[in-house]
Amino acid sequence: MTPPRPSQPDENPAGVHLPLDPLPGHSSRGRLERVLRRGEFAVTAELNPPDSANPEDVYERAKVFDGWVDGINAVDASGANCHMSSVGICALLTRMGYAPVYQISCRDRNRIAIQGDVLGAAAMGVANILCLTGDGVQAGDQPGAKPVFDLDCMSLLETIRVMRDNAKFLSGRKLTSPPQVFLGAAINPFAPPYEFRPLRLAKKVAAGAQFVQSQYCFDVPMMRQYMQRVRDLGLHEKCYVLCGVGPLASAKTARWIRSNVPGIHIPDAVITRLEGAADQKAEGKRLCIDIINEVKEIEGISGIHVMAYRQEEFVAEIVDESGVLKGRRPWHREARADDRMVADRLGQILREGGPDEQPQQMVKDAAH
Amino acid sequence: MAEPAPASTTARGPASASPETLPPAAAGGTTQAAVVRKTAPKSDYKPADVSPQRRVQRRYSVRLWSVRHSRGLEWLYARFADLFLALHPLWKAVGYARAEAPVKFVEKRVKGFLFDCRMCGQCVLSSTGMSCPMNCPKQLRNGPCGGVRANGHCEVEPDMPCVWVKAWEGSRNMVHADAILAVQKPVDQSLRETSAWLRVTALAAAARGKEAA
Repeated sequence: MTPPRPSQPDENPAGVHLPLDPLPGHSSRGRLERVLRRGEFAVTAELNPPDSANPEDVYERAKVFDGWVDGINAVDASGANCHMSSVGICALLTRMGYAPVYQISCRDRNRIAIQGDVLGAAAMGVANILCLTGDGVQAGDQPGAKPVFDLDCMSLLETIRVMRDNAKFLSGRKLTSPPQVFLGAAINPFAPPYEFRPLRLAKKVAAGAQFVQSQYCFDVPMMRQYMQRVRDLGLHEKCYVLCGVGPLASAKTARWIRSNVPGIHIPDAVITRLEGAADQKAEGKRLCIDIINEVKEIEGISGIHVMAYRQEEFVAEIVDESGVLKGRRPWHREARADDRMVADRLGQILREGGPDEQPQQMVKDAAH
Repeated sequence: MAEPAPASTTARGPASASPETLPPAAAGGTTQAAVVRKTAPKSDYKPADVSPQRRVQRRYSVRLWSVRHSRGLEWLYARFADLFLALHPLWKAVGYARAEAPVKFVEKRVKGFLFDCRMCGQCVLSSTGMSCPMNCPKQLRNGPCGGVRANGHCEVEPDMPCVWVKAWEGSRNMVHADAILAVQKPVDQSLRETSAWLRVTALAAAARGKEAA
């Protein structure tokens, strides 16, 4: 036996791909719930799903976030565009020890398929599920598809909560072992009807949401107002609110998003600021960091959700420069001690040429 | 530290398209949907609207009137439910099965006119500000999605006011304004095209019978 490398916090010593020990009061055996329940400021990021059947594509895209995020969202055909499935990405990520957030949208699958996928995902070690309604099929690359919308995000939350807590399908049929998952939902404080939005969060919490991730926040005063209502309703004590943030690539992109992507609210001040900058991409990143620094001070915000679509390489810098982790290093992938020894040795042999030692003796030494 | 972002991450067009008409991958500043639309074969006939839900009933002025008068309609609906319940012995005598066809005939037309009813068979109008949620292109029954436009219109049908924005407005006028906060069960698709009026009446009669017993 090689000496096991020192275990990181929130890691199963028997293997990174295994679920963590159950803790009292926790509904999942995942890392994200532990981080949030400890009261640490959580960071999640969104993985851009590949259009390929190659697992390496997923690992490569996840590597960018390594050591900077507590959870990786695997989007479910976002914008109704076809990509690698969310459940597939989650399965790959759990193998590598990452903590994926399995996004389920109600657009593509009915209640039979969804409940089956929840069990399958939980069996593969997925500990976090985000329940979404999903964009209409008209928004995507296959507008001729049949929109399903059998459940909506609210009844989906309730369905999975009942599966977890009562060990039952929606039909009432019993489950022999229920899925242990941490349930999430999405919020958009920046779309009408504004008065209804906090109450809608209350509905989601009642239906089973334990954490929520918000739409892109570019309007901090609006977020503050929303959070005021949320605190008045006492919802920040029942559910962790993660504020969605992300860098804008340029003023042109911002303008385009504003007029073409419903639900994303970008105030004029943001666009003016980007336009005035010499390097708009750098300014977009700077703006994102400024927004993070403002929202992290809002009472009731438990973390951020960084959505850097096609700018994933910026996530680490944004998280680092905003200092939201306060020196904490989230779980990151490390080579196992024996793998590392082999790699070091191979490197040495390649550099220095012919071996003149006794391999048997070395293996013996390493084993003791 | 990262690999450069791939040139395109979106799919390359509809599966049914022949190789010659494959649209180019979307670049920044356009959506794949726009590319698909642009490269679709051109014809003189361009259908109106985006979603079939909207095409079934194109006008919604009466539906919006109903939302504006939600309080009155709420009152009327309550009286109407009482009347139907009082008629329970009649339905029983005729047989609910035999009453179904004529009642459904009337119900479909009356509710179709007032609310653009889609006969889901599980009416929740009193919990949704008298704005029928089945008119939402996503048929959401628990509140608006995150895509509502700044002007309060639908993300799928840009010229239609969001059903749930209207529902919220309608519910503010109603006596049971907080009914909108209840979490609704998913639609039972097996009850589509059945009479919600008769179902509610039969259930209420059963509940009344249980209370009396």
